[in-house]
Amino acid sequence: MVPTDRKYTREHDWVLIEDGVATLGITDHAQSELGDIVYVELPEVDSEINLGESYTTVESVKAASPVNSPVAGTVIEVNEELDAQPELLNEDAFGQFIAKIKVTEIDEASLLTAEEYEKLLEEA
Amino acid sequence: MRQSYKLIFERSREGRRAYDLPALDVPAANCAIPENMRAESKLDLPELGEVDLVRHYTNLSRRNFGVDNGFYPLGSCTMKYNPKINEEVAQLFNDVHPLLDADMCQGSLRLMYDMEKCLCEICGMDAFTLQPAAGAHGELTGLMHIRAYHEHRGDTARTTIIVPDAAHGTNPASAVMCGFKVKEIKSAPDGGVDLDALRAAVGPDTAGLMLTNPSTLGLFERNIKEIADIVHEAGGLLYYDGANLNAIMGIVRPGDMGFDVMHVNLHKTFSTPHGGGGPGSGPVGVKKHLMPFMPVPVLVERNGMIELDYDRPESFGRVKSFYGNFGVIVKAYAYIRSLGGKGLREASENAVLNANYIMNALRGTYEIPHDRICMHECVIAPGELLDLGVHTTDIAKALIDRGYHPPTIYFPLIVHEAMMIEPTETESRETLDEFIEAMKDIAREAKENPAAVHACPVTTPVGRPDEVTAARKPVVRYTK
Amino acid sequence: MRSYVPNTVEERREMLKTLGLSETDELFADIPADLKLNREPDLPAPMSEMELRQLITGYVLQNDEACLLFRGAGAYHHYIPALIPQLISRSEFYTAYTPYQAEMSQGMLQGIFEWQTVICNLTGMDAANASVYDGATAAAESLLMLRDSKRKNKILYSAGLHPDVIGTVKTYGHCHGLELVEIGLNENGITDIDCLKANLEGSAGFIAAQPNYFGCIENMDEISSLVHGAKALLVSYVNPISLGIIKRPADYGADIAIGDAQPLGIPMCFGGPYAGFMAAGGKLIRNLPGRIVGETVDADGNRVFVLTLQAREQHIRREKASSNICSNQMLCAIMATMYACTMGPCGMKEVAEANIAKAHYLARKLTELPGFKLRFNTPFFNEFVIDSEIPAGEISTALKDAGIVSGLVLADGGMLWCATEMTTKEDIDYLIEMLNIMFFEQDGDNETDGGTEA
Repeated sequence: MVPTDRKYTREHDWVLIEDGVATLGITDHAQSELGDIVYVELPEVDSEINLGESYTTVESVKAASPVNSPVAGTVIEVNEELDAQPELLNEDAFGQFIAKIKVTEIDEASLLTAEEYEKLLEEA
Repeated sequence: MRQSYKLIFERSREGRRAYDLPALDVPAANCAIPENMRAESKLDLPELGEVDLVRHYTNLSRRNFGVDNGFYPLGSCTMKYNPKINEEVAQLFNDVHPLLDADMCQGSLRLMYDMEKCLCEICGMDAFTLQPAAGAHGELTGLMHIRAYHEHRGDTARTTIIVPDAAHGTNPASAVMCGFKVKEIKSAPDGGVDLDALRAAVGPDTAGLMLTNPSTLGLFERNIKEIADIVHEAGGLLYYDGANLNAIMGIVRPGDMGFDVMHVNLHKTFSTPHGGGGPGSGPVGVKKHLMPFMPVPVLVERNGMIELDYDRPESFGRVKSFYGNFGVIVKAYAYIRSLGGKGLREASENAVLNANYIMNALRGTYEIPHDRICMHECVIAPGELLDLGVHTTDIAKALIDRGYHPPTIYFPLIVHEAMMIEPTETESRETLDEFIEAMKDIAREAKENPAAVHACPVTTPVGRPDEVTAARKPVVRYTK
Repeated sequence: MRSYVPNTVEERREMLKTLGLSETDELFADIPADLKLNREPDLPAPMSEMELRQLITGYVLQNDEACLLFRGAGAYHHYIPALIPQLISRSEFYTAYTPYQAEMSQGMLQGIFEWQTVICNLTGMDAANASVYDGATAAAESLLMLRDSKRKNKILYSAGLHPDVIGTVKTYGHCHGLELVEIGLNENGITDIDCLKANLEGSAGFIAAQPNYFGCIENMDEISSLVHGAKALLVSYVNPISLGIIKRPADYGADIAIGDAQPLGIPMCFGGPYAGFMAAGGKLIRNLPGRIVGETVDADGNRVFVLTLQAREQHIRREKASSNICSNQMLCAIMATMYACTMGPCGMKEVAEANIAKAHYLARKLTELPGFKLRFNTPFFNEFVIDSEIPAGEISTALKDAGIVSGLVLADGGMLWCATEMTTKEDIDYLIEMLNIMFFEQDGDNETDGGTEA
């Protein structure tokens, strides 16, 4: 059961676009694959992110996974709580965003609906 | 019996001392330091009596495990025995200052010069620099030659280094450290370089290819000549990662395989101790066409004197202070001179024999993903033990309880749950047999009582560390 | 001849047989025949341990080391307490590899944790890494810390850094396409503040030296406030043995402290191995390259030390790692820790004071000679530059015959002299006597014609 209010990528990230602002995070499946998350390298507010570019790196003890953005734009907010408590992503991946980006471009073709994403999970 | 051990800071008692300096025989000059640059307070360092200090470190050493404690088949690290004579003779140079005039340090310079010549012969290269301090530093220095070579020819489009996916993590990291982009290519099913993937990857942007041969799977790259041709025809250069040189000394030389530049790890192949993570030494060998770019200073012989030549207009500069990890170089030189050409070949032959002996004996108990004659190391996997929930980590920890240092685990990345076993030539047949028996015993236990394997290690002073907490809330220094 | 292979020839044959092979060569069947060497490497003949000892001793005898040393310039002759070589020779330490298996490597891991704490306390910083190759590579690595944390390509460095440090910084900087700007020294041998001011804009940071290569003590307060005023970072390259008496980097606001730990109990050994240290404040910990040891617990709550923050490193991040560095100089770092703990706060202060005292006595005696002048009218630690009317090369050559290694002859004709706690008053008086005889007393053994007209 993934939330239906948002879109997904094949790389197990979610994006919620409202009023030209994209809220980005990783899915529950992504956090469980990563295991215990120990650090989230947050982007800097005001930095420019290109389409498909990595905007954050999520670290577990033995891995560092870059997360690519399905949108282009300017970072307007980051979830600073993750700085001190990266484990929040493990506890509630859908409830914790990583960054918000003021969108200039969206890679619509790469986005899946909740239904499509669930199907992807089932196939995997 | 499990317990943590006090930090040296926790043993401190104000006023104790383990030092003692002669009385000052000249006037004090503290006032020479301007007020605003004087230390503001007493340094926060421990104060102990000498015996407590000595016991602290002696007991710390007892909480550590080296080659002298037992078998250490850590793949890719060549944990061979470190001859004691080499340790002893290296100390003889302790008091030599690095900036003596050349005529006052001919012994040190000559030893380095002779060492370079030995390495040239062993590796089939035209020149060596001893400056790099470690393998990764050697990689960086080697790549700087490639960069300088292309730059010198005005071929600035060559910005990419190709690295197979089986390579050590240092390869791509060193390439980036040298300002290159990295293109990773997949391995062929037999673990070697996929020639088609390589052909597709090379182009006018190719600066070079980094290759470990034997590969990190412990297999010799049978297509090495084709690989060299593909890269050279595309205008790139070939870099040899010498991590696995211990398999081929006196048998085949990187220079003869077509490599243009390489590094060796003196702390692996040439028996200098690893020191708990360093100091190592990573000399770099080059073919003639790369010699002009070597780091300064370069050792030259002039009128029977060895001198340091800094006048090398095409050199890319220096990569370290002074001339390299000299103390390590002395040990490796002593090793090479003890063994001579015949002994080095014998070392490699036996390193390969020992690895095959282990691999052969573990066939059937563990999975061997690439089952053919291996070189100096073999890569195995837990196979059906994974279905019982027993992972490579568990096997490693179970080995600790049986008195062994585990193999390299989870590397190479292209083998799921890999265990990379490198016995080296300095282990006796009984040691290998006992290790094989321990590996089989673990497999048995995993089937009969997997919980016992999961509980390992139980014989160590501490249990498995909580690495998640360590990384989430890093505590990297002691505070009162 | 031996290859340290314990198995007899017969045993090897039996082992081969278990593989279904009869010849050793069959093990190497994968190697194309035309590539094989097919001969023994052409190296000098193998030798016994006894012959080897004689051989290496032969090299040692070609060095001329029975000398009085007045030379430093990046490698310093300090007293090494006897317990250090004894303890560091425990082979549980030196024959171990990097402590990947924490449970059986607590000794080394704790030793490094203690080293990190010593470096933090010496410099005043929050975090230190497990060491890098040497001071020069520490400086080079700090370039990337500056670039990555400030996302700027322009970096300033002081002309007062050791020339090898500058050389290494330039080599690394070139690879990364960094814009490096050298900030010159003024007539007093310290950072030219106007030059620094003029170049700070748009830079990620400034790498300064304290004391600098010429021995001079910089006004780091002033440098620090200028650098921070320009929103840049300050890297301070320090001589750790000076920190018993000179202000710690954190106390003047340095963001990163680096240097070479050689003066702390590590032998000169013709230039290496030494250990570079790197310490940083606050969030910069994530930008530190190389290994870092952290504290945690096991399932029973025992304190355990473990390599941590590994996701920064090459074996996990590969091409995205913060550096390619893999090994460090663990053993040298432990030696330096032993040194700092043997000396303690009082010993570190006394050593630093002895260095200053000896160097000032040496400087005073040298400048009493006709025509010998201190180049800079600036406070110095244990080194200083002397200019004289006699060519430096001549002084150096003449002193060699008297068993004295003079100050280092600089390219510009000056001499960089050094005295440490190892230098006695008697040594200095002997040096002065020799100089007097060689260059100033007509009835002395005077072979040169310079210097007497002063």
